[in-house]
Amino acid sequence: MKPRQKRMAIIGGGLAALAVVAALVLNAFEDNLLFFFSPTQVYAKEAPLDRPFRIGGLVEAGSVKREADGLTVAFKVTDTAKVVPVTYKGILPDLFQEGKGVVARGRLGPDGIFRADQVLARHDENYMPPEAAYALDQAKKSQGSVVAPAGGYGK
Amino acid sequence: MAIHWFKYASPASFYGLAGRMIPWFAGAAVVTTLIGLYVGLVLAPTDFQQGDSYRIIYIHVPAAWMGMFTYLVMAGWAAAGVVFNTRLSGMMVQALAPTGAMFTFVALWTGAFWGRPTWGTYWVWDARLTSTLILFFLYIGYMALRASIDDPRRADRAGAVLTLVGVVNIPIIYFSVQWWNTLHQGASVRPGSSSMATVMLTGMLVMAVAAWMYTIAISLARVRSIIIEREQHSAWVGELLASEGHDAVAGTSRGAMGSNQQGTR
Repeated sequence: MKPRQKRMAIIGGGLAALAVVAALVLNAFEDNLLFFFSPTQVYAKEAPLDRPFRIGGLVEAGSVKREADGLTVAFKVTDTAKVVPVTYKGILPDLFQEGKGVVARGRLGPDGIFRADQVLARHDENYMPPEAAYALDQAKKSQGSVVAPAGGYGK
Repeated sequence: MAIHWFKYASPASFYGLAGRMIPWFAGAAVVTTLIGLYVGLVLAPTDFQQGDSYRIIYIHVPAAWMGMFTYLVMAGWAAAGVVFNTRLSGMMVQALAPTGAMFTFVALWTGAFWGRPTWGTYWVWDARLTSTLILFFLYIGYMALRASIDDPRRADRAGAVLTLVGVVNIPIIYFSVQWWNTLHQGASVRPGSSSMATVMLTGMLVMAVAAWMYTIAISLARVRSIIIEREQHSAWVGELLASEGHDAVAGTSRGAMGSNQQGTR
């Protein structure tokens, strides 16, 4: 083997070994790398109950209720399979909307209500002009579908 | 083997080649930036959810892509430098690093300013954001490592090892939004499909081309400076400077930097 090929092999082997190490480490940290838990995971008791965690999903349509003080909000987070009720006191981000993505940080109470101290809007990957979104909406209504699939593409 | 291919691996001949290429790439960068900004800021409509704040994508996405891609190119040059022992490779890695760092910083910075109104926060420690921050630190770390080693050939080798080790981060950044739950949204553009309106996508892709052209032009310009600086004691640089009317540097301090500048290729 020429020295040049040897160096090439060392780099190739080194990168392969590095990739394996990284894969193992990331796999071991899997749960800690999750930014949020879905309602299904919460029901499956995968989320920690003894410390704050984040819950993520869609804001269930028609579930947002504001208290008289104007700051306290109650809504439900859904992943279209399970639903977790959330209460939050504070200012919501602009993109917080029913049917859109949300990530809330807080604790799950023994009563099953998630008390959030931070609510973030989670944007989806779809970009289109308002007219297109309106047309899509109309088409959806005429088909009678109620819930858009999570992460679906609006074409 | 492949003698012709290696002709431009010599800093002396690459210096001239780079000089001839710079105006073309710089011109293309200006033209594509103007077109991209016109499409993105004038022609493209507002977004149905975000209004006008989505227009961040015309800088944020090309910058993020460029930050990641520049690192891959650096790793490629670093590997070539280790394998073929060419001086130019280390110089190219050195020339690309500041631009890659700049684009990564722009991606982080614009993302933070977009995140505040859109998500409700400047920063979260989700997988996408954290791995991109690590990319930025890799660039900074590479530049710091270089700066701490006086002998440029040793700095090349140490930098190559750091660059190659860090390349494992690139697929992690790219796939982080698929592998884990992140606050950052998934990819809007993937090979063969996109979930963006055509005009918006066009503007973003033109801006991505502009980022490429800029990166190529600026790193060629930078590598020319690096070549002149590191080859200053060689005969051809002396002749070049003399022909351009400068006082020749060559000869005045020959040998002060050590003799390792000659020899390899």
